[in-house]
Amino acid sequence: MAIIERPATESPASAETDDMVTATSSYGYLRRPVETTGWRSWAFTVDHKKIGIMYGVVAMFFFVVGGIEAGLIRLQLAGPEGTILSADKYNQMFTMHATTMVFLFVMPMAAAFANYFIPLQIGARDVAFPRLNALSLWLFVAGGLFLNSSWILGGGADGGWFMYAPNSDTPFSPSNGVDFWALGLQITGIASLVGAINLIVTVLNMRAPGMSLMKMPIFTWMAMITQFLLLFAMPVITVALFLLMFQRSFGATFFSVEEGADPLLWQHLFWIFGHPEVYIIVLPAFGIVSEVLPVFSKKPLFGYPFVVFSGAAIGFVGWGVWAHHMFASGLGPVSVAVFSVATMAIAVPTGVKIINWTLTMWGGKLQFTTAMLFAVGLIVQFTIGGLSGVTHAVAPSDTQQTDTYYIVAHFHYVIFGGGVLGLFSGIYYWWPKVFGKKLNESWGKWNFWLMIIGMNLTFGPMHIIGLQGQPRRMYVWTEARAGEGFFNLGMWNLVATIGTFVLGIGILLFFVNALVIHRSQPVAPLDPWDARSLEWLTTSPPKAHNFDRTPTVHALDEVFYRKYEDVGKGDEHDYVQRASLEDLMLEEERHADAHIHLPAPSYWPMVLAVSLPIMAYGVIYTSWLIALGGAIAIAAMFGWALEPADAEDSDFDPPAPGEQTSKELANV
Amino acid sequence: MTDVEASPATEHEHHLHGHHADAGHDGEHGPHDAVSDNRYIVIAVILAVITAAEVAASYIDLGAVFIPLLLFMMAVKFFIVASFFMHLRFDNRVFTWLFYTGVVLAVVVYVIALLTFRFFEA
Amino acid sequence: MSDVVKEDVVDAAVDEAHSGDIAGALADAHDDGHGEAHHSSLGLSNTKLAMWLFLGSECLLFGGLITTYMLYRNAHSADVGPDQLWDIPFTSASSFVLLMSSLTMVMAVSAANRKDDRNTKSWLIVTALLGSLFLAGQVYEFTTFYREGLGYTDSLFASSFYTLTGFHGVHVSVGIVMLLATMAMIAKNKISGDKAETVEMVGLYWHFVDVVWIIIFTLVYLIPA
Repeated sequence: MAIIERPATESPASAETDDMVTATSSYGYLRRPVETTGWRSWAFTVDHKKIGIMYGVVAMFFFVVGGIEAGLIRLQLAGPEGTILSADKYNQMFTMHATTMVFLFVMPMAAAFANYFIPLQIGARDVAFPRLNALSLWLFVAGGLFLNSSWILGGGADGGWFMYAPNSDTPFSPSNGVDFWALGLQITGIASLVGAINLIVTVLNMRAPGMSLMKMPIFTWMAMITQFLLLFAMPVITVALFLLMFQRSFGATFFSVEEGADPLLWQHLFWIFGHPEVYIIVLPAFGIVSEVLPVFSKKPLFGYPFVVFSGAAIGFVGWGVWAHHMFASGLGPVSVAVFSVATMAIAVPTGVKIINWTLTMWGGKLQFTTAMLFAVGLIVQFTIGGLSGVTHAVAPSDTQQTDTYYIVAHFHYVIFGGGVLGLFSGIYYWWPKVFGKKLNESWGKWNFWLMIIGMNLTFGPMHIIGLQGQPRRMYVWTEARAGEGFFNLGMWNLVATIGTFVLGIGILLFFVNALVIHRSQPVAPLDPWDARSLEWLTTSPPKAHNFDRTPTVHALDEVFYRKYEDVGKGDEHDYVQRASLEDLMLEEERHADAHIHLPAPSYWPMVLAVSLPIMAYGVIYTSWLIALGGAIAIAAMFGWALEPADAEDSDFDPPAPGEQTSKELANV
Repeated sequence: MTDVEASPATEHEHHLHGHHADAGHDGEHGPHDAVSDNRYIVIAVILAVITAAEVAASYIDLGAVFIPLLLFMMAVKFFIVASFFMHLRFDNRVFTWLFYTGVVLAVVVYVIALLTFRFFEA
Repeated sequence: MSDVVKEDVVDAAVDEAHSGDIAGALADAHDDGHGEAHHSSLGLSNTKLAMWLFLGSECLLFGGLITTYMLYRNAHSADVGPDQLWDIPFTSASSFVLLMSSLTMVMAVSAANRKDDRNTKSWLIVTALLGSLFLAGQVYEFTTFYREGLGYTDSLFASSFYTLTGFHGVHVSVGIVMLLATMAMIAKNKISGDKAETVEMVGLYWHFVDVVWIIIFTLVYLIPA
């Protein structure tokens, strides 16, 4: 979507003679795409908002895929001696369920919010490198599809999501599943790394005038910390995946125990990445909740600096706790003690956050909208997950729990209760911003309650069956060893399976709400929630250039302070509304910036993204595909380097006669 | 690249906040005028001398000092290249922070990992 | 040998994605140049920030590979290990070549800052040549080691040594391509933005590759197992 608002100095006469938009400029090998409608306007866009929406849509697709995998797992375990899945298919199912949910749903869904809202929250018109942003999106899509193509090409990966060596080597996992897994995650990893660099530069360098770091909306803060974690964690998994790929494809010996290899090497590399990954999953959700709670409590976030610094502390300490995933591997008493203490320490900044959220609500005028319900849900459910987490930090108790369903219960309370509930809170909260209409609140409440009941029915009993000794990753359990009475494994397994379907119905309601009910929803007002942060100082959905004039920021909660005036005396605060968001928007439009250049669309990100899975198929099947993919990649990079990020002036709509700036998009 | 050609109003704001005044100065002249070509050659000679010393040290039996000495010389070369050739000494401190965060994190995390393998006990 | 070559091809393939970031960052940078009133909170170039972030991230990549090598450096057969293979005078010479390429690179950056296109191009070519000389040395070293019995799959030492130095070699190759592409773009006047900054970015990457070799040279070659 190429738009430009022409310099106001342009004479109306020339505008009249020159009112056709052209796409004359061609760079590299291809003409620049200029469509503003149809699929091309999405496929080649560099607009962070469209990219954010596409991230969200694709992530939701993979959420459904991962959900179906979860449903099959639970059906298999509903009764003794399940026959829905073979042992082999069951292994693939839980491996791909976890991989899909972590890498193809939660991470990209967080990336969707980061992409869409970081530029809006910091008052920027786009990210720092819009084409790299498009590259991140398409690499994620390419990697996700590549990874899932293993289902029809001999079966998915089957080594569990942490793919311990040497179990992941060819003798133990002879299908190509693990190869697809290693290469697919490599591709999505590059997407994350590129996105991380892009968003960090955006936050550091593209904030609106006046927005110091400590006036930044809290979601942007948490998202930036997440990007730093990605920046430093991704290369570690990259190394691990390369070693695995060389091991399987080229006969390297990194994990060959018979050659003297130490299987712990993989565990260390994986968890050095894997533990920061946990915070990569939850921190964006924490950021969302920290936006939602103040709005629906009608109070500022309690202790904003503490929330910021505890987020940073979580990100920092998160690097020193990875070996708590390896307590049962014989690390030695000193290592276990050190990592055990560090793990307990990380509960402190997390607790600080919980307290801040609770005190934000304390004494507030609470409005239990769906977004608010999900946010409160996160506080409760995540706290349960955090408490069971402390029981793993105690190494002796962890040795009992390792590889049982208790662990499964714990990390689902953290990832689903912490990550997914936060993401849903964000969906309900920001939906009117993105699409101009609210999601239906009654459907939303059904959606919320069914999800909460469903998740507790599913994951709650897993604490019990785990402590009773049911191992994770076993494809059947037997009645003979199921125990009796209250602790009977059979009863609780059945409850968990029923819970899964309650949860599934809850999520189905979301899709009905978003895809069907949404159509007949009325247009939402500009300021549906009486919101506080900068992303609301624009139309819904925002214009392509985000802000008519670049806002100047004076305060944290900038929009709130533009709407309300403090008439209290001394230390007493009493806020009176002086302006509505509609008034503020009129003011913004009246002072619109004259020249707004937006980055132009490009084919090259998509071409470059497509080349990688081609190379990856080449690694698995035949080497000439590597050469083909490599050639496409090189061509794409040269095309990219030779194409200026901005289009020629002649590619854009001139202003209408008599007007200072054109508000039209260029239609070609 | 979002490229905002500021209206007079926003340009005024730039000056108010002093962002751009720094930017122009730094971007165009800042770091590079600090070192002349001749000094680069001197730095390269120093690096070459340290490298020669490293190689020489590997031929002499220095006992317990050997490994710490080599690691020290390695670190000195690293800092010289990063500080002078990569301009970190003359450039904005943000770059130094970003880069050394990665360096320190890598060293600390991987040394801890090697410690758990009892690598340094042998 | 074939294993080594294959590995490098794949390295190159996936690494191109990394250089894709760089190419993109470079291309995007051009537009920074002419936006005179471009707003920037830190007063810093986006591209330079991105490059330093990328290099910070690369530290953990090479750190992982070096750790793997350190862990496995003693895991080789008695007759094909560092004691038999290392040729310190030769590797010292090629390390010296790479070190000096950092000098010529910084001369190119300096010339670009003076807007001296002629010398910029010359120094870029000299840097690329020194880089190629280093790479040729590495190819020679790999073939020699292979002939002396160190295949990629033969031992943990072999796998981790070839992987570590191979990754570094691929980074050098990507750097050479970037040097030559920058040189060509300057010659054809295809760099629309700040030329000096583009050269500086290639320079940062190149120096980083040199710095990594400083570490590899000491840890892998000079300190005996």
